[in-house]
Amino acid sequence: MKLSRRALIKSGVAVGGGLAVAVWLTTERGKGSAELFAPNAYVRVPSSGPIRVVVGRVEMGQGTATATAMLLAEELEVDPATLVLELADADRAYDNPTLGFQLTGGSSSTVTSWEPVRHAGAAARELLKEAAARRWGVTRAELTAKLGEVLHPPTNRVARYGELVADAATITIHTPKLKAAKDFSVIGKPLPRVDAVEKTNGAAVFGLDVQVPGALVAVLARCPVMGGAVKSLDDAAAKAMPGVTHVVRVPQGVAVVAKTYWHARQAASALVVEWDEGPLATFSSATLRDTHRTLMQDASKRTRVRDDGKADEVLTASATALSAEYFAPFLAHAPMEPQNATAHVTATRCEVWAPTQGPGLAREVAARVTGLPIDQVVIHQTFLGGGFGRRIGQDYVAEAVEVSKAIGAPVKVVWSREDDLRHSFYRPAATHALTASLEGGEVKAWRHHVCTQSVMLQVLDSFLSGLAPKLPTSVKQGVADVAKKVVPGRDATSYEGADSVAYEVPHLAVDFTRHEPPVPTGFWRSVGHSHTAFATESFVDECAWALGRDPVALRRAMLTKRPKHLAVLERVTEAAGWSTPPPEGRARGVAVHECFGTVVACVVEVGLVDDAIRVHRVVLAADCGQVVNPDMVRAQLEGGAIFGLSAALKQRVTFEQGRVQQSNFHDFPPLRLHESPRIEAFVMTSDAPPSGIGEPAVPVMAPAVANAVYALTKKRLRALPLELSEAT
Amino acid sequence: MISFTLNGRPTEVDAPPAMPLLWVLRDVLHLTGTKFGCGMALCGACTVHLEGSAVRSCITPVSAVEGKAVTTIEGLAPSEAPHPCQRAWVELSVPQCGYCQSGQLMSAAALLAVKPEPTDDDIDAAMSGNLCRCGTYPRIRDAIHRAALLAQGGRP
Amino acid sequence: MARAMGLALMNENAWRRSVNHTCRRRVTLPCGRYGTMLASALALLLSQAHPFDDVARVLLHPRCVNCHPAGEAPLQTDASRPHHQNVTRRIEALGTRCTACHLPNAPQGPGLPPSAAEWKMPRADLPLVFQGRTPAQLCHQLKDPAQNGNLTPEAMLEHLTHDPRVVWSFAPGPGRALPPLTHARFLEVFSAWLQLGQPCPTEAPQAPQTKRPPNTPRQR
Repeated sequence: MKLSRRALIKSGVAVGGGLAVAVWLTTERGKGSAELFAPNAYVRVPSSGPIRVVVGRVEMGQGTATATAMLLAEELEVDPATLVLELADADRAYDNPTLGFQLTGGSSSTVTSWEPVRHAGAAARELLKEAAARRWGVTRAELTAKLGEVLHPPTNRVARYGELVADAATITIHTPKLKAAKDFSVIGKPLPRVDAVEKTNGAAVFGLDVQVPGALVAVLARCPVMGGAVKSLDDAAAKAMPGVTHVVRVPQGVAVVAKTYWHARQAASALVVEWDEGPLATFSSATLRDTHRTLMQDASKRTRVRDDGKADEVLTASATALSAEYFAPFLAHAPMEPQNATAHVTATRCEVWAPTQGPGLAREVAARVTGLPIDQVVIHQTFLGGGFGRRIGQDYVAEAVEVSKAIGAPVKVVWSREDDLRHSFYRPAATHALTASLEGGEVKAWRHHVCTQSVMLQVLDSFLSGLAPKLPTSVKQGVADVAKKVVPGRDATSYEGADSVAYEVPHLAVDFTRHEPPVPTGFWRSVGHSHTAFATESFVDECAWALGRDPVALRRAMLTKRPKHLAVLERVTEAAGWSTPPPEGRARGVAVHECFGTVVACVVEVGLVDDAIRVHRVVLAADCGQVVNPDMVRAQLEGGAIFGLSAALKQRVTFEQGRVQQSNFHDFPPLRLHESPRIEAFVMTSDAPPSGIGEPAVPVMAPAVANAVYALTKKRLRALPLELSEAT
Repeated sequence: MISFTLNGRPTEVDAPPAMPLLWVLRDVLHLTGTKFGCGMALCGACTVHLEGSAVRSCITPVSAVEGKAVTTIEGLAPSEAPHPCQRAWVELSVPQCGYCQSGQLMSAAALLAVKPEPTDDDIDAAMSGNLCRCGTYPRIRDAIHRAALLAQGGRP
Repeated sequence: MARAMGLALMNENAWRRSVNHTCRRRVTLPCGRYGTMLASALALLLSQAHPFDDVARVLLHPRCVNCHPAGEAPLQTDASRPHHQNVTRRIEALGTRCTACHLPNAPQGPGLPPSAAEWKMPRADLPLVFQGRTPAQLCHQLKDPAQNGNLTPEAMLEHLTHDPRVVWSFAPGPGRALPPLTHARFLEVFSAWLQLGQPCPTEAPQAPQTKRPPNTPRQR
């Protein structure tokens, strides 16, 4: 969704005094609508004390708080370090303009705040200047603003912003122009994170740290098979345990409420519950790949989602076809902060404190559970101890509201790590079959068949729950856009990255077969790209080896019309020394992929330690348009790389009779520090608008490692996680 | 009643002896800087110092700290004079989501206390009990080296 | 010197307890310290097996090998893979003790750190390596004071009888494989082997049970 250049500004007296400025941008879909009164940025300049900016996107580590402060400071002419950021409560005012919901995801935070926040800063600055101009009887053009003051250089008059806010709040001005990129003094600088101090002294409040007076703690006994329900319950022993106040049945299981988490957890293990296990109980993932294979043979279940040239004909006729099949397992997000939410439900009000990527969705979920009108539901945001897409689901919010409603007291529902791994929304497992015709030293035809489960179909329900009874047009349109992606048999997130493969091949076809085991699926950092890029970037490497061509050279030859791809490839291969031999006992692998508007290339250097794959060095380059804070972009590349490597090397979720087999970090292990490579991350310069950076480093990691392992061992690993013992 | 010294202050709590120190800190004393991540000593988010040595509070029964000195992230250093690790963490923008960083900092501080100039291998050995899902490891490594410099009066 | 004193003060009652316990389980044998030893030794001589076979089967089991690794790192799980957390002997000098996670009275279960008093590895200068040893190598090592920590047979028996970590390894709780013999039976065969004069097999009757080669020095 493109944002138009037109910004609408409303200013006035802030609650509690001072100047308030709200800015919203018209979106294409909302243009001309009467429902535009939804500011995308909100600033308060008080007469004394720090300037406050309300952050509409959540801060889950991606650095949006820092970026917001910098964007505002650039135009408002203040030191970004002096700004105080407030996390927005759930409010339509903070809807994500590209989605129509108040949601943080899709690597969209900077994309969506890039213009509104700067407009807010510019408007506030000009209002303050206008107030000074009127006070001093000069024109606004004679004034400058710098470091929180308005100056009149000819007369050396100075006024602090705080002195001007009362006057400024009564003024109306035309929308000011934004600074040109060449005049930026804050944007583009590697400033330190604004939230680093509170995140290093224990002061930062995450959802789990919320202290509501009188709040109890609840844990849930859950059916070992997701979706199951209580058949019978004997809670006598649990109720008799010390510290326990309530045992209540809720739709999600049995809630044990106590004065502390420990008391609740102890008592939960004393419950005697018999479960109705539900439809997932017959599902085992061991046979999933065979099921995929069978389904992929069935032409009637197949949808062609891209069809360039005559791929089928050329491949049928080809004497030199190369085929390979790849597999990616289910994955959990496992953010470090286990799911939790605190709720206080009364007859007339529901208040929720939650680490959520979708405060707007949380609000709708809470309203639905309580039956209260939406305006009697308040959602308070906290810092998120990681998100990665998991906290777009609002299941834990619903639980806290259910339990509080049932016991009539404030309560914090806390998940164990086992709950988190076994009762989640998973990245779907996927099988990819690729075939290429290699002729004359080139890839002449390419067919990619993806078989996986839809994410959107399940999430749609959650998105739809975000709809208020009176739908603003923009929201309706947002849902329609989402729904478009889920026409029967198709969900673009299932094959994104496969259909958009950048390589120039004369005959190229992409097929999709949807398979729906009863496993809950959700957005997992980089979504479909997390598995499609493994297939495309491994397979193009296989083509290169089969053709006897250098993997980088073949990619370059197939990307002649993709300058961004070529540039990032050039950057990483040069920095990694692709043309020079790797250190003894190591080999290099390469991958390049575009997602969320950003192109990332990666070269990894791989060796063996204790017979296991060890990634020693990672070189990344990203083109994500204009950059607000290059250090924050590098941090996302580093973090994305390690997140991607954890999945590439170590993680899988498997089901046996509907039960998730993994339970904690010993059997769902993230990479540890000693396994973490040296990472060099380069950010390309660009004057294009910003594109996403939270996710795009993830997809390239698995194929780059698999390609390096092949170069090192001549074993082609086609299943994730990559294990040498599984070599085919 | 269990008595111990918490961040330099004599502290008494009425808690079952088997209750993990983590939950005594968080749910009884409302000191929430120490985090819950796994409950099995696998992730290190709950790391505190017991008599100066790093321990996982999620599996340490509170009875084990009777009469001993416990330091949490809140007591690592006074806010006006942050620990060199805290300064280095801020300088290098180490935290992303920040959830694991209390534990990371407590492990790093315990390392520097006994090994003022740790090598990369020392850091790998001492810090691999602390998980970070955001992937801040490269910066943690750099920040520990930086903190070592700061601790020795290196130019801030 | 302290070690010698310890030997002199070897706990006779504890010894008797363990032996009597053994006797209750194998009622056909004469009871009493020497009776048991002699009976076991006799049984061994009459059998085809080498007197050290059963000892080796236990000592080469992951429950023993994991704390007696070839490298600097303790091993974990029934697969004897390197410690998840990159723990090495050196960690004690780096601000984190083994007891940061392996502490007595902590909860126990699959995936949880094993818990016994004073969890630690053998000293770096006396590593007492079991990992990768053949039974014959292991046997000679146990007899060599330079390689066995300068332990007398009696001191070895004391360690195997009472050390809390050894006691734990024969009852490790759910999620961990048990050694092939019970603790009591193991003490019988070990005592019998001592009684027979610690005979060693001449060549390995079986391949070493540990799959992994000695830890290679860690690289970056």
